[in-house]
Amino acid sequence: MRTESIPARIELLYWEECPSYDLALQRLRELLAERQIATPVRLIEVTTEQQAEQLRFPGSPTIRIEGQDLFPVPDGPYGLTCRVYRTDDGRVTPLPTTEMMRKAINGILREE
Amino acid sequence: MAIALESRLISFALKGTDEKVHGPELYTGAKVLGVIFSCNHCPYAQAWEGRLIEIQRDYAGRSVQFLLINSNDPAKYPDDSFPKMQRRAQEKGYPFPYLFDETQEVARQYGATRTPEIFLFDERRVLRYHGAPDDNYENPGAVRQPYLRSAIEALLGGKTPPTAETKPVGCTIKWK
Repeated sequence: MRTESIPARIELLYWEECPSYDLALQRLRELLAERQIATPVRLIEVTTEQQAEQLRFPGSPTIRIEGQDLFPVPDGPYGLTCRVYRTDDGRVTPLPTTEMMRKAINGILREE
Repeated sequence: MAIALESRLISFALKGTDEKVHGPELYTGAKVLGVIFSCNHCPYAQAWEGRLIEIQRDYAGRSVQFLLINSNDPAKYPDDSFPKMQRRAQEKGYPFPYLFDETQEVARQYGATRTPEIFLFDERRVLRYHGAPDDNYENPGAVRQPYLRSAIEALLGGKTPPTAETKPVGCTIKWK
């Protein structure tokens, strides 16, 4: 039987001016609880363009597990902005749906 | 701070993506006039964009007119530049003027802070609804409170909107 590794580093990066990061955090915590992952989510507030570049922050909210973005954007751009997500049916949304996050987390944890 | 309910409309003249100057005086026949602060880059504005287009189309024959205004600083957010506004208006088939508030004066006068943020005026050009388009930016199918539609219906029927003010939800306006 395959056992799932427990990630040591889970981060939610946000910019205060985008209002939905708390909802993203709530969804993330619920999904981690479903999988019985007790690793605390580290909240990182991004406040400057320079910091956004350094952290390769494509917008708020951004969720990373072991440094891997749930929805990678390898080439940026990076900066202080609200992040655009797209649902499977093509809708634009300011934060990923629970199902999008579940799939992404499954994918990352399977790779480890 | 946004202008208060029952305030009179504040006039303006802004260049639209059609290269013409628009202002409320061009739409004196409209029974309901919506001044809506929006932009290109913001995911909240994008998420609600289709619904605003749909509402404008649904009510075009009933003397309802929206004016969309982008007040963001394009130096900070290049996606909100005038050429990009023109492209978006064309690609999305905007059924309303999309205006560029280059000096940000109109946003300041209205006290707008978010995109999208709606100021809905009645036939006398008195502010009767201010806030968000509805209660669900994520999913149009899950909307329970269609604030804007309900306010328009009420005003067209000579009634008071059931909800007159809600908290605008969206990206902050990007000041210079």
